[in-house]
Amino acid sequence: MLMSYREALNQAMREEMRRDSRIFLIGEEVGYYQGAFKVSKGFVEEFGPQRVVDTPITEAGFTGLAVGAAMAGLHPIVELMTMNFAIVALDQIVNNAAKIRYMSGGQLSVPMVIRGPGSAAHQLGAQHSQSLEAWFCHVPGLKVIAPATPHDAKGLLKSAIRDKNPVIFIEAQLLYGTKGDVEDGEYTIPIGVAEVKRAGRDVTIVAYSKMLLLALEAADQLSREGIEVEVIDPRTLKPLDLPTIVASVKKTGRLVIVEEGWRFCGLGAQIAESVYTAAFDYLDAPIQRVTGEEVPMPYSRPLEDAAIPNKARVIEAVKALCSAQ
Amino acid sequence: MIMPSMDRSDVLFLYRQMLLIRRFEEKSAEMYALAKIAGFLHLYIGEEAIAVGAMAALRPDDYAISAYRDHGHCLARGSNPDQVMAELFGKATGLCHGKGGSMHLVDAPRRFMGGYAIVGGHIPLATGLAFATKYQKLDLVTVCFFGEGAIPSGQAHEALNLAALWKLPVIFVCENNRYGMGTPAERAIALYADVAGTARSYGIMAERVDGMDVLAVRDVMRRVVEQARAGQGPFFIEAMTYRFMGHSMSDPAHGHYRTKEEVEEHRNRDPLLLLKQTILSNNLGTDADLLQLEREVGEVVTAAVKFADESPFPIPSELYHDVLAD
Repeated sequence: MLMSYREALNQAMREEMRRDSRIFLIGEEVGYYQGAFKVSKGFVEEFGPQRVVDTPITEAGFTGLAVGAAMAGLHPIVELMTMNFAIVALDQIVNNAAKIRYMSGGQLSVPMVIRGPGSAAHQLGAQHSQSLEAWFCHVPGLKVIAPATPHDAKGLLKSAIRDKNPVIFIEAQLLYGTKGDVEDGEYTIPIGVAEVKRAGRDVTIVAYSKMLLLALEAADQLSREGIEVEVIDPRTLKPLDLPTIVASVKKTGRLVIVEEGWRFCGLGAQIAESVYTAAFDYLDAPIQRVTGEEVPMPYSRPLEDAAIPNKARVIEAVKALCSAQ
Repeated sequence: MIMPSMDRSDVLFLYRQMLLIRRFEEKSAEMYALAKIAGFLHLYIGEEAIAVGAMAALRPDDYAISAYRDHGHCLARGSNPDQVMAELFGKATGLCHGKGGSMHLVDAPRRFMGGYAIVGGHIPLATGLAFATKYQKLDLVTVCFFGEGAIPSGQAHEALNLAALWKLPVIFVCENNRYGMGTPAERAIALYADVAGTARSYGIMAERVDGMDVLAVRDVMRRVVEQARAGQGPFFIEAMTYRFMGHSMSDPAHGHYRTKEEVEEHRNRDPLLLLKQTILSNNLGTDADLLQLEREVGEVVTAAVKFADESPFPIPSELYHDVLAD
């Protein structure tokens, strides 16, 4: 069934909340406003304000409250209006949510989802246009998911909600309106399993979230020029499905990693290190990375465009690899 | 005059609990000097009346949560001293299998939900525990202990606001021991003379209590716990106290930021001494009774050290265990 990414998320949460009364949604404007991006449309009407909890602008407070509620047996879904605001709640995410199970010797668990849109939209400025997934991936005790399609978004959000650990679930404002086929009825997608989104023999591209769509566009164009690209979406960033990526690299011998985040210590650096370790002898050329520029996001449209990976840069990276010996 | 709250066995139990914490903490300091305990060690000596008085007002299924000076709360909640000492020793038999240490004691079966070492960071967790019990329609309360040093932190304010806004059944117990590490309250808190006023500014009922008087702490707690249990929302207690030791083991009891005379003056109001006087003057117990308790507690603490010392360290594979739930 064709549906938008936004509707897929809405369905995932709705199905899970109908299934399990321990699940509640909490965040700014999630209730009567219907969600800042309308992801929770209709929720307060169906589940009531006890389970669809509007908060004041207090990310550390309500994220911490959700961690405490999870410790007491509830399953919170925290909606951050944007993932940028996770920075304000980072003490709760890193020091409490991620560590409480370990510090308590396994006595306590923190089953919760922290979700919201990451990455740039259009001209939202430096404080609302960040891709912080590498920060979360760095922390033991967290799982990190960044789906690109409505189908993956639904299946993975349901798995995230059922997981017994804190899961960071990164959406994207520019994905909310995109549409795709979503399987009818009840289904989940396992956390930690990548998917080959397009098969190819010449070059492997790893891309996630919004960047997957860019990679697929680039692959279409390259195909017309005779270069067959295999596009892999890890979907889950941590734990990373390295075997699927490595199997593809062993076939193509060439890898491009596309990410919107900053280059230095970005997620692509980790993926590259993992691939070098696992498949060095299979690589015909050094791994290429296409990343965001290392600047705070500028407001002006041409500058913003220049800061974010685009199709031309992805194509350029693929061609550079193909011409390398 | 004997007040209604002075039941003999209750009062002797409070004395025993405070004495247990006192002797446990003294022994911990000794073990630190012997390098059996390492890292940070923050002793609760001087503040025992607060944890013991507060816990005496709770049901076993109520929640308690604390900051990093947490041995007293854990012991007062009824945790096994063997397991607490073993945790300080970093042993496999510790409450948290040696993963937590002094500042991160957790005893989930006793609903002691942990010690937390980022100042102010556990106060939102307390509101979450209270949110959960309200959501589950359980008549449970959550008690959250923290020092006055947490009061200027943003997370404390966010938590107070949410607790008041949503009328959560949480009792905030501010242990005002006058110093955040070496900084006196008057140099850290705008409302230093009325820390409870911080809570009142959010519409939370608040009062100050003599934190050296365990009966006073217990009685105010009994009252406000029942209020919270009955759905009247949060309460804030400012318990005036004093730590007799330094902030941690690296900090002498007196020196740079407070004088020996000041410490001695507060030691005159030692909570154990005050309760002992009450017990003797009200004929609730004899010197012999108290000596008997002293002997009992001494044996418990000695046994705890022996248990901890003889316990094994965690096996190497434990390193990777419990990072994630399966």
